[in-house]
Amino acid sequence: MNINELQDEIIAEFEVFEDWLDKYNYLIELSNDLPIMDPQYKTNEYLINGCQSKVWLRADLEDGKVRFTADSDAIITKGIVSLLIRVLSDRDPAEIMDTDLVFIDRIGLRENLSPTRSNGLLSMVKQMKLYALAYKTKMAQK
Amino acid sequence: MDFEVDKIRQDFPLLSQKVHGHTIAYFDNGATTQKPSSVIETVRRYYEEENASIHRGIHFLSDRSTETYEKARERVRKHINAASTNEIIFTSGTTGSINALAFSFGEKYLSPGTEVIISEMEHHSNIVPWQMACERKGAKLRVVPFNENGELVMEAFRKLLSDKTRIVAITHISNSLGTINPLKEIIRLAHKHEVPVLVDGAQALPHESVDVRDLDADFYAFSGHKAYGPNGIGVLYGKEKLLYDLPPYQGGGDMVDCVTFDKTTYNELPYKFEAGTMNYIGAAGLAAALDYITDIGLERIREYEKYLLEYATMKLMSVPGLEIYGNAANKISILSFLIDGIHPYDAGMVLDKLGIAVRTGTHCTQPVMDHFKITGTLRASLVFYNTTAEIDRLHAGLHQVREMFG
Repeated sequence: MNINELQDEIIAEFEVFEDWLDKYNYLIELSNDLPIMDPQYKTNEYLINGCQSKVWLRADLEDGKVRFTADSDAIITKGIVSLLIRVLSDRDPAEIMDTDLVFIDRIGLRENLSPTRSNGLLSMVKQMKLYALAYKTKMAQK
Repeated sequence: MDFEVDKIRQDFPLLSQKVHGHTIAYFDNGATTQKPSSVIETVRRYYEEENASIHRGIHFLSDRSTETYEKARERVRKHINAASTNEIIFTSGTTGSINALAFSFGEKYLSPGTEVIISEMEHHSNIVPWQMACERKGAKLRVVPFNENGELVMEAFRKLLSDKTRIVAITHISNSLGTINPLKEIIRLAHKHEVPVLVDGAQALPHESVDVRDLDADFYAFSGHKAYGPNGIGVLYGKEKLLYDLPPYQGGGDMVDCVTFDKTTYNELPYKFEAGTMNYIGAAGLAAALDYITDIGLERIREYEKYLLEYATMKLMSVPGLEIYGNAANKISILSFLIDGIHPYDAGMVLDKLGIAVRTGTHCTQPVMDHFKITGTLRASLVFYNTTAEIDRLHAGLHQVREMFG
């Protein structure tokens, strides 16, 4: 499935929810599905600091694909983190860089990526794209 | 309780606003308060009927505008019982006031070997400007700790005071703990060492009647927007003699007497500290806000808010796993709390969907959070337009939070 098909899939998943409560409960569920990040990486080096909640993000290159692992100390944030990972992890660097993350808006979570929320998510998306750029450059040099 | 809160709420247009389908329960008053119609009307009328730049014009409107601005200064003087309008400097807010003083005072009185005393419960606005001044002048910042209830350790303060101390900068009321500090005692002790005291009154002015002469405060800073007035207006009070000796903070129009390329002489107090076009419309709005709270009566406000604090404390304590940070014997209606194991951001997001506005995070007091070894809290800061019914909604909301995340 390409990135846009996957975004459509997530949008469809969220369409069944009647109200915010169902949506938040689903995000709580998703937060539990996020693979546990090795505690040794939950350090300042991988920390994306938001004023409100913290996000840790790591990226590795495996067979030409960028693999992200991440965590957050807040559960709703973690649920959204898990969606971002689902969409962007294990992809070509170029694909990650070119993606317009329309699903966030379409499932009604745009306020969570607003700079005023300061929850680390907006910086996380930027950081994911920066990692992709770094790996793309590295691959081109080889 | 003999307090007609329903009637008072009608003075605040925003309070009937719906958020996510619910009438808003606004508990973020420590950050900013909503405005009564009289303040909104004053600002609107000013723009419609009076607007003209102050002090410089010779035309009718400029005269009238200047008069309104100076009347606002007199209104502020009266409210805090300052000795003269020369002691009332308009600024952009508490942060602006403290920065102005820290710069100006630092330039004149700080040097290597001197010290500034602040407390552990200060808002960042009363930490960073002093830190900057100390760095610039090679002075040292000393910090008075607070105890587990969120009360200043007065014994530590006494020990920190010395002949090196040049100024004490302390909050009247803590914005994250609600603690009312024993100001009179703090000022008396500082004065024994001939050290002046700046009081950060941002949280006090909306809740307490402030008398700078009774307190014998040397400097007192506060904001309009936290006291039902407009945004972008604040006050720095200073004793005339002290202000007279301080150098200006910013250069520009209105603060000067005579400008040549060789030398500029400065205007008199309070204009020496009011460079550029001041927020005269904000000043008029602030005067209207002071009229408004005076009309209700600060004593009545205090009594009702005390009742709200007791009611809210009792309600919150009944939520399993909830802990309140800041249990000073003498505190205002600010409640900082956490529910065991639940991130404040998660809780705040759920409350938001229920139309309940609280603040989450560090409340610009990171050292307070460090003291308790936590990363943040939820904060409900209540004022006289809040109701027990709203507190019940908060209580129910917190139960829902527990169900979702507990």
